[in-house]
Amino acid sequence: MNVSALTRSRLIIAATFVVALILSVVPVPTWAEQFRPDWVGLVLIYWCMATPHRVGIGSAWLVGLLQDVLYGALLGQYALSKTIIAFLAVKLHLRVRVVPPWQQALAVLVMLAVGQLFVIWVRAIIGKPVLGFSYWTPSIVSMVVWPWIFIILRDIRRRGQVS
Amino acid sequence: MIGADSRPIRTSTLLLRLLAFAVLAVSLMVVDHQGQHLRQIRSALSVLTYPLVTIAAIPARVGGWMSEAFTSEEKLRQRYLALEEQHRILQARLQQYEALEVENRRLRSLLGSATRVADRAVVAELIEVSTEPFTRTIVINKGSSDNVFLGQPVLDAYGIVGQVTEVSPQLSRVTLITDPGHAIPVQVTRTGLRTVLYGTGDDDTVDLPFLTASAKIKKGDLLTSSGMGGRFPPRYPVARVTEVINDPNEAFLQIKATPLAKLQHHKEVLLVWPGKTEPKPVESP
Repeated sequence: MNVSALTRSRLIIAATFVVALILSVVPVPTWAEQFRPDWVGLVLIYWCMATPHRVGIGSAWLVGLLQDVLYGALLGQYALSKTIIAFLAVKLHLRVRVVPPWQQALAVLVMLAVGQLFVIWVRAIIGKPVLGFSYWTPSIVSMVVWPWIFIILRDIRRRGQVS
Repeated sequence: MIGADSRPIRTSTLLLRLLAFAVLAVSLMVVDHQGQHLRQIRSALSVLTYPLVTIAAIPARVGGWMSEAFTSEEKLRQRYLALEEQHRILQARLQQYEALEVENRRLRSLLGSATRVADRAVVAELIEVSTEPFTRTIVINKGSSDNVFLGQPVLDAYGIVGQVTEVSPQLSRVTLITDPGHAIPVQVTRTGLRTVLYGTGDDDTVDLPFLTASAKIKKGDLLTSSGMGGRFPPRYPVARVTEVINDPNEAFLQIKATPLAKLQHHKEVLLVWPGKTEPKPVESP
């Protein structure tokens, strides 16, 4: 692969992460807050499964850290959660990416839920309140939107010849 | 989807990388939780995220602009008249206020007690972005370049909103009094009873958890900041008591209050630089 193709791949991947980060802070009414999918997690899982040699644990950590700063959360909280998600996605990519998107969605739910579990643990340790079921709705909504995210990102990957 | 790359990723290296980055994340969290050592890192990273925040706030801004642009002239006229009337009433009250302030200062100097210098305030605009789910914070468009400082009190026209908990060059983050991790020392204006008011995470409820049945407090009482702890300036309205339940099985009263600041609706807030208290003159015995 020549240098410009590599740069293009990196730029396209970075751009999708930037869009996901923006979507994660776009204001919505308070009641809709709990239905916001984990955009960053979804994009991360896609790239980890499609191009595991390009996006992995290191990039996940970096994106997670940016999310921490955007959210004003404890530095490292989302970095840890995204690292775990990336680990699972890279580890399972050969098994998950052969099945159709709606089946992949189940695996995505599990990965995101494990990631959220770490966020909850951190919050519990530093004494922030841990809420009930509504805390898990983002993962479930993410599962529902996964097939669409998958198709959109696959198109982006093919058009931009990201590899 | 066919594998784009033929190189297999070995599980051992993957685990090693996971471990390394997890340890890095955990140590960051520990240091960040311990104190303010990471303020510079956060501030530097927030320069990177500043454009993202600005872009994310565009839809809300356009929405506000649209609704302003399409307000009918009739409505605007009505609003203008209402504001003018309100302005006249406030102006009339202000005349009294100034006279009272002079009188108050004279009385205080007669008593030999400290006089307070008026607080300075600057209007900051809200940047409408979401923050971490289940916390109550807002982002405002003033930062360290406008001399905003950590722990600075923030008000609106009706009462105390919260305090600045994170400062970067162009933005700062304000933790609201309704945030579950926030507490503010208050005083019941009717009886002078001092206590601490906690956020619950709910937008229109705050808690007063540690008052016993003998406490002189009832429904409708106004709670103002007491100035204890030195973070919030004293005598600003905070909340009004809505419910006092005396359950004999509980050690403490269950007291709920509603914040007076319009926490959900504001577009602008006031940053306050509290006036310094002039030291009390030493009296000879």
